Amino acid sequence: MQVLNLKRILYAAVAVMGVQLASAAEISGAGATFPYPIYAKWADAYKTLTGVGLNYQSIGSGGGIKQIKAKTVTFGASDMPLKPDDLKAAGLLQFPMIIGGVVPVVNIKGIAAGQLHLDGTTLASIYLGEIAKWNDARIQKLNPKLQLPNTAIAPVYRSDGSGTNFLFTDYLSKESANFKDQIGANTSVDWPVGIGAKGNEGVANMTSQTDGAVGYVEYAYAKQNKMAYASLTNKAGKTVAPSAESFQAAAANADWAGSDSYYVLLTDQAGAGSWPITGASFILVYRQPSDADALETALKFFAWAYKDGAKLAADLDYVPLPAALVAQVEKTWTTSIVANGHPVWTGK
Amino acid sequence: MAIIDPRHAAKQLIYEKVFRSATFAAAILVLLILGGVALSLILGAWPALRHFGFGFVTRSVWNPVTEHFGALAPIYGTVITSLIAMALAVPTAFGIALFLTELCPPALKRPIGVAVELLAAVPSIIFGIWGLFVLAPVLQRDVQPWMIATLGELPGIGSLFQGPPYGIGIFTAGLVLAIMVLPFIAATMRDVFETVPPMLKESGYGLGATTWEVIWNVIVPHSRAGMVGGIMLGLGRALGETMAVTFVIGNAHRISSSLLAPGTTISSAIANEFTEAVGDLYTSSLIALGLLLFIITFIVIALAQWMLSRLERRAVRA
Repeated sequence: MQVLNLKRILYAAVAVMGVQLASAAEISGAGATFPYPIYAKWADAYKTLTGVGLNYQSIGSGGGIKQIKAKTVTFGASDMPLKPDDLKAAGLLQFPMIIGGVVPVVNIKGIAAGQLHLDGTTLASIYLGEIAKWNDARIQKLNPKLQLPNTAIAPVYRSDGSGTNFLFTDYLSKESANFKDQIGANTSVDWPVGIGAKGNEGVANMTSQTDGAVGYVEYAYAKQNKMAYASLTNKAGKTVAPSAESFQAAAANADWAGSDSYYVLLTDQAGAGSWPITGASFILVYRQPSDADALETALKFFAWAYKDGAKLAADLDYVPLPAALVAQVEKTWTTSIVANGHPVWTGK
Repeated sequence: MAIIDPRHAAKQLIYEKVFRSATFAAAILVLLILGGVALSLILGAWPALRHFGFGFVTRSVWNPVTEHFGALAPIYGTVITSLIAMALAVPTAFGIALFLTELCPPALKRPIGVAVELLAAVPSIIFGIWGLFVLAPVLQRDVQPWMIATLGELPGIGSLFQGPPYGIGIFTAGLVLAIMVLPFIAATMRDVFETVPPMLKESGYGLGATTWEVIWNVIVPHSRAGMVGGIMLGLGRALGETMAVTFVIGNAHRISSSLLAPGTTISSAIANEFTEAVGDLYTSSLIALGLLLFIITFIVIALAQWMLSRLERRAVRA
């Protein structure tokens, strides 16, 4: 009798678990590490709201692209937009999800946050090893009021492949022909000078430990650790400081409407207020999904994040997309994602 | 005369057979896994090896932008950091093991022994973070400037200790690795020393030998094979260690004459770049790095086996 009871309880438990598994839909995604904190925060809030969870593996952009191509996840995420040809070949659609910025940080005695001013060519020369001292005439010219020391410059770079590296090197490649020829833009590059530290925390730590160091970190990291950032000259020739406003200005000034498949790099955008090292993180989904329901669930989550996730994003110092861009992305969903002849996204 | 029950015998025979095939299967499984790893590494590395040929091993360029890859800098970093680690850890471990087995007051024996074993249980990420946040600043501020000013001025080896004191680099990685492999080597050596028959030692003392003489003429010759085994265990860990090294080596695909300069190792290069590597040649080159580490480790183990067999032969002759 007792055995029978136990069996019954077990059956009941299994049945309940089965029901729970069936009802708790999970969105699955994989990719970029840079937006992981905000995706996790959104997922948490969304789950309490709707019961729909998100299983996001932050395995890196390369891994995310591989996983979506292998169809093991509903969406992939990449910090580097895929070229329109690659997207077409794989039948993928990409759209921007969140914006972030990269900030140069320095450790020079007597120089506080925001005091030092640099431009792209100077920064490129520093990372090429052509400018070796802080009191070099080229830096002094940009900072006529500052008393710069005769200290050696120790460039610090991100050693792990990252979207941060891509944005930084892409910006320097656009600003300096020498940098483009000798180094180029990628998630990892062959740096001629300096030392590589792992992750934002590594770069931040190395920079703050080494006298005369210069490094670059994600904006959120520079802000939360109160690091001595440098202001930059943007394409319009104006001096800008890194802030949510200047990142959003870069995103708003970009020509998204005229772009093919949202292949837009936000580095070095025109506009007086644009921060020059801004970038978007992208989502990749199939245009003709094999599981339309799963994708619709994911799109609902993204739509919610665009609409109601802005505050959470701002808390973590990420920058939400401008409203016009969101409208455009959602329109693209309706027109481009099709299953059985019907659009997967109807805006409801 | 005992009579064997035929049914019992038949049952035993079946047990025997089942047990034999189970253990055989377990042993074969290891071979299969190893073969599978080797095969998938070779398949994954093939595009890079075909594209670069033997130059992959002899060139030090590593440029993901132009997709030119050569493994010399990571190979160099892997070998040099492991050598530094061994040079520092082996004598220290030898001292710890000897002290624990021969010289230590009984009251201290357990605490020190447990401490050594606990050190072995610290995860490598902890060593990495400690190395970066605690050790590196001390090295940068106090130790390396002194090394550059004194050792760096010496003729010949001076070039090994020149350049700016970054705090992190090949030397720091070697130092952290030394601390990480120390408990493995020390614990193995201690266990080996403990297997020396007390009779042999007491005979030595009985003949009027000093502690020093007993150590060098009785304990060490008796434990040679085990000591080599312990050292190889440590070396294997040093060659493959990833996280701790990634934090403190400076991650530059360069070969510098100075040990204080940043470098890279095979495993740290893979850890750094694999997640965001896009493009077939790039990922394939990283897998080829893994294959090289596999080969290096294989060579080290083969060397150890060869040394052991030579030692045994010599021991038999003596």
